[in-house]
This record gives sequence, C-alpha cells and structure tokens, in this order.
Amino acid sequence: MRLFHLFRRGSAPIARERLQILLAHERVACSHPDLLGILREEIIAVIGRHVSFEPDKVQIKMDRGKSVSTLAVDIEIPNLDQMSGLVPRYNQPTARPDNSVFGMEGSEI
Amino acid sequence: MPARSGMARGRHDANFGDELRQRKVVTMAQVLVVTSGKGGVGKTTSTASLGAALARDGAKVAVIDFDVGLRNLDLVLGAERRVVFDLINVINGVAKLSQALIRDKRLETLYLLPASQTRDKDALSEEGVAKVIEELRTKFDWIICDSPAGIERGAMLAMRYADAAIIVTNPEVSSVRDSDRIIGLLDSKTRKAERGERVEKHVLITRYNSVRAARGEMLSINDVLEILSTPLLGIIPESQEVLRASNVGSPVTLNNPLSAPARAYFDAARRLKGESVPMVVPSEGRGIFNKLFARKAA
Repeated sequence: MRLFHLFRRGSAPIARERLQILLAHERVACSHPDLLGILREEIIAVIGRHVSFEPDKVQIKMDRGKSVSTLAVDIEIPNLDQMSGLVPRYNQPTARPDNSVFGMEGSEI
Repeated sequence: MPARSGMARGRHDANFGDELRQRKVVTMAQVLVVTSGKGGVGKTTSTASLGAALARDGAKVAVIDFDVGLRNLDLVLGAERRVVFDLINVINGVAKLSQALIRDKRLETLYLLPASQTRDKDALSEEGVAKVIEELRTKFDWIICDSPAGIERGAMLAMRYADAAIIVTNPEVSSVRDSDRIIGLLDSKTRKAERGERVEKHVLITRYNSVRAARGEMLSINDVLEILSTPLLGIIPESQEVLRASNVGSPVTLNNPLSAPARAYFDAARRLKGESVPMVVPSEGRGIFNKLFARKAA
C-alpha cells in the first residue's frame, strides 16, 4: 500500500518534507554552534546555587522530533538525608547514597 | 530563521535590479561568488557560462578559479594550455596580475585568473585575495569567483569579498541541504556580513528536469525556493549540451548559444544586470512537458 502510494505521488514530497525538518534543526544549530554547551553551563550554575552536585554527573540531551524537540536534563544529586546536618552549600564531589566514600568524607567535617 | 524568512522571495527581486543598475551607473565592479557547498552541481560550468554571457555583451569580465590544487575552470574555458601564472603566484608577488590573466580567444573582454594546480590551498591568504580583488575591481565590470566545493579555506575566501552570491543548487536533497548551509555562511562569514551589510543571494537551479518534477519525482522549483527562502536567478535545464560544451572546452553560451541551457544562462545573466526577464525553463522542444514551463519563482 505504502509503495503504491509512493509510486503514485512520486518521492519529491518526501524529499521536501525531510529537508524542511532537517534544515529547521540545522539552522538553529548553526546560529548557536554550541547550544548544548551553553545550556549545560547555565543550568549547572542555576541548580548549583541551591543544590550541590558534581558537574560530571550532569547529562544534557536534545532529541529532535518531527514537530517538537525535547531537552532532557539529568542531574545526579546526593540524597538530602545524607546531606542533612551538613552545611547547606556542601560541595563535596561524591554523590552516591550507598557510597562509603561519601560517609568518610562527611565525617571529616 | 527570522533573518531569512523575511527576505523578499520572487522570480525577480525588484530591489536587486535597481541596486545593480545604480552601481553600473557609477561604474562599480560587481564581485560575484558562484558557490554551492556540494561538489558536482555545476559551479564551474555556471561560472564559465555566465562569464561568457556577460562578456558577449561587451562587459569586462574576470573569472577567478579558487579551487587550488583542483583547478578546472581553465579546462572548461579551453585555456588549459595557456596557463603560465596563477592566483597564488600573484598573491606571492611572483607574477603581476596582468601576467596571470588569460584573455579568452573568442571574447576579448573575458579573462581568466587560474588557480594553482600544484600549491597547497593554505597558500591563499586573506590579505592576498583582498588585494587581488581590489585590483580587479578597478579593471573589470564583473569579477566572478568560482568557489571550490566544501566549506574549507578556498570556499570561504571565494565568498569573502563578494557583493552577491549565486548559489548553484540541484533539485536534490543533499544539494539543497548544502546550499542552506552556504546561505548561512554567506550571512555570517563574508566581509559584507561582518560589516552589517547583506550579500545579495540568488539561487541558480541546474540540472532541472521539468518532466520529472511534474511527475513528482524531483523537487520542484517552488520546493527548492520555499526551503531556501532565497530568490531565483535562473533555471538551467538538464541537457547533453552542457557536457558537449565542456568536452570541447567552450562555455555552453558560446558553444551552442541557441541551446536550452545556453538560453537559460543568457536569461540569468540579464537578470544579474538588473533586467526583468520572465522566468521560464527553456526547452529543446521535445514532448509536451517542455512547452515553456512558465512559473512564478515563489
């Protein structure tokens, strides 16, 4: 059915549609060559004002869809209960809750 | 892209014509770059054909090959055995511009500045190119820079000092994508763009097959123009005359001036001069689809 459809209307409309979607994205990418890099830095700065985390544990992903794109920000934050009693802007790097290193470093303070 | 979507689109941008005419009155040279991003779409053929079309009317035209290491404009113009000095020799001061320019044997107002076949493309310096173009501006009406494919140094320098750009595009996805990228670079990396001015941009569609486009097998003119949001300079039909002309080392506008592609190039050249020429796809008179395909460009 699909092939029949393709055959009837020709493949040019498909080419046109693919190009329109692709170029819409590429034009944005070209006007901000490092859009993700800039977003990453600014997001880290904003979140870092309130929560401490390791910059390496931040993942930013952009998915391009047909009509919308999604921006996924994944930040690994140390559990709050492990941070309670510590200074609010605790800047120790390690974050995993079941990590003994965290306890060791916490006890040093 | 707000900058581009706001641009006038149309079969002929009236402002462009007026501006060109004004420039001709004060006898200022026009520097054109023929560019595309993608290779093999017809940049060199178009440079030679348009250069010859403009020179045939008596204008002084210099065509410059920027494809250092892979020059071909000399071959397409049939001047390959007359190359002594090249663009890089002039930049390095080895030769004077007048020594490197090769006068066409058929048209006495058409000159070629060939690229070097042996040197590295890094031998092109920005200052050197600027100096050569400034000198050419004092001697010619039209300076047409034939860009290499890609977006490397040679291509960036070919567009660097352009007043207007001809973006050669085939009605095919990869060519259109690359043209879009080139349009972005023309709007940001040229000297005019950096000064806040605008490089006039024009799409020249080559290898167009109106029969296949009518069947929906090939992107149509409107598809291409809508996607690129750039006015149309001309539509060059796919034709064996183009290959025949390059085989014998003569621009198609000289080799067979009555052929369909030659007529399309002559129309495009007149539009460059600011004339208003109806946009048609010249045909070689075969089949019903070739009945003058008059269409609005946007």
